[in-house]
Amino acid sequence: MSEAVVEVKNLCKSYGKIKAVDDISFEVSSGEIFGLVGPNGAGKTTAIECIEGMRKSDSGNLKVLGLNPLKNGRRLRHYIGIQLQQSELPARLKVWEAIDLFSSFYQKNIESSSLLNDLGLEDKKSSYFDKLSGGQKQRLFIALALLNNPDLIFLDELTTGLDPQARRTTWDLITGIREKGKTIFLTTHYMEEAERLCDRVAIMDHGKIMALDTPQNLIRNIKIETRLIFNVIGDFPLDTLNGIKSISKYEKSGDKIIVYGHDKKMVKDTVNFLVNNNIDFHDLKTEQATLEDVFLTLTGKEIRN
Amino acid sequence: MKSLFKLTVIEMKLYLREPMATFFTLIFAPMLLLLFGFIYGNEPTPFFGGRGFVDSQLPAYIALIIVTVGLMSVPIATSEDREKGILRRFHSTPASPAIYLFANIFTYFIMSLMGVTLLFLVGRFVFHVKFEGNIFSILAGFTICALSFFSFGYLIASLAPTARTAQIIGMVIAFPMMFLSGAGMPLEVLPERVTNISKFLPLYYVVTFMKGLWAGNSWAEHWLEIIVILGLLVVGAAISTKTFRWE
Repeated sequence: MSEAVVEVKNLCKSYGKIKAVDDISFEVSSGEIFGLVGPNGAGKTTAIECIEGMRKSDSGNLKVLGLNPLKNGRRLRHYIGIQLQQSELPARLKVWEAIDLFSSFYQKNIESSSLLNDLGLEDKKSSYFDKLSGGQKQRLFIALALLNNPDLIFLDELTTGLDPQARRTTWDLITGIREKGKTIFLTTHYMEEAERLCDRVAIMDHGKIMALDTPQNLIRNIKIETRLIFNVIGDFPLDTLNGIKSISKYEKSGDKIIVYGHDKKMVKDTVNFLVNNNIDFHDLKTEQATLEDVFLTLTGKEIRN
Repeated sequence: MKSLFKLTVIEMKLYLREPMATFFTLIFAPMLLLLFGFIYGNEPTPFFGGRGFVDSQLPAYIALIIVTVGLMSVPIATSEDREKGILRRFHSTPASPAIYLFANIFTYFIMSLMGVTLLFLVGRFVFHVKFEGNIFSILAGFTICALSFFSFGYLIASLAPTARTAQIIGMVIAFPMMFLSGAGMPLEVLPERVTNISKFLPLYYVVTFMKGLWAGNSWAEHWLEIIVILGLLVVGAAISTKTFRWE
C-alpha cells in the first residue's frame, strides 16, 4: 500500500438541517484514481470541496498532501489541481490568455503548448471561451488544473453534460494523466465512468459512504450472478446442463439459452461443455453485474443519469 | 506581481471587448458633449457665469463617466463574475483575492481616465474649451471621486443576490441621479425645487467638485464635497469588504 495523499476522518458538513456530508472517513493513496460516486445530491461535491479547502467543514480531520486544506489552503494549491463542477471563465477571454494568466498564479509551471497539444486545444488557442464547445471547455479546465504539474488532481463531475464521444475522449485523457504517476480524486454520477476509470470507488448516498472498494470487489460482493447467453442451432438437450456444477440455473427461449452462475468457472465450464459435445452455438456473450447493480443493491433505488 | 500585471492587462482587454461598457465609458460623455455643444455652442454667457456651455458642462460630464463606471460597470461585472463561478475559479488557485480586486479597480480607473481624456480632447479640439484649473488638482479630485463611486458599486455587488438584481439596482440609482445632479442636464437649467433634491445625491457633489476644480477653485472651497465623497468611500469600502462573497 502506498502512502495516503488524502486522509479524511469523520468529515461532517450540514446546510441548515440537511446533513450534506454525514461522518465520512477514507484515504486516497498515491497514484490511484479514486472516485466518489453517487446520485445528484448525495453530498459528493460538498465533500470534495471541503477536501480541496474550497468549503469549510463543520467537523472532522482533513489532511491533503500532509497539509490542512483550510489553514494551509494557499500553499496547498501550489501542489494540487482543481476542476470545479460549476465554473466558467469570462466569455471574451481567449484560450491562450487563460493559460497565460493561470500559469502566472503558480511558482512552477509545465510547458503550456505541449499541454494544449495533449488536450487537443492547440488550434483553439485564439478562440474566445464562449465559442468553445462543452467538451473543449472541459478540456481547458483540465488544462488549467494541470498547469502547475500537480501531484494530486481533483475533478468534480468532469463529464456531466458532455456527449458520449467527448466523454470517451475525456476518459482517455484521465487515464493518460494517471500514467504520469499522478493521483486523481474524482466525483461522478455515471456508474459506467466510475467502473471504467477508478481503481477504487466510494459509493455515497445521503451524505454517507455506503461501500468502498475496487469496482470489481464491489460487484463480486453483491452476489449478482453472471449470465452467459448463447444461441444454438437445432435441438439441444437442455437437461444435460444439469451436469455442470457451476451453473445455478438456466432458461431457454426459442434458440436462445441463458445460463446463470456465481462462480467464475461457470463460463469456462459451459463453453468447454459445448465444445466437447460438438454443439453448434453462436452469438455467445456474458453479462456481468455492474456498479449500477451495486448501487441498486446497496440503496434499493436506481441511480438516475 | 507578475500575476497582478497579467490579470490587469486581461481585465483591460475584457473591458474593451464588452461593447456596452466601452460605449458608456469612452463614447457616451464625449458624444453628449458633441451633441449639446453643437446645439448650445461655447459662446460665453452670463447664464453659465460668464463661461460657455462647453466650458461649464464638460467637468460635469466627468461625473457622468464616474457614475456609469461605478454604478453600472462595477456591480454588473463583479456580480456576473461571481454568479458564473469565475471568482471561485480564481479562488481555487494560490492567487490572492486581493489581486482580483486590485486589477479590477485599476482597470475601472484607467478606463474612466481614458473616457475623461477623450472628453477633454473633444472639448479642446472641437470647442476650444477653457481649462482654468490645475491638472494635478483635478486629477487628484477625479481619483477620489472615482474610487468613492467604485466602492459604491462594490457595495451594490456585495448586497445584491444576483447579477440581474445588481444591474437593476445600479441602473435605478444611476439614471435618476445623472439627471437630477447636473451630470446630464446642467445644474444651471434645473429649477430650485430640483436642486434641493440634488443636494441629497452624492453625484451632485462630484459635479460641483469637478466644476469647481475645473474653474480653478482650491480644495478648501469644496470641503463639503470632499467630506461627502470620502464618507461614501469609507462606508462603501467598509461594508463591501465585510459582505463581499466569492460565490
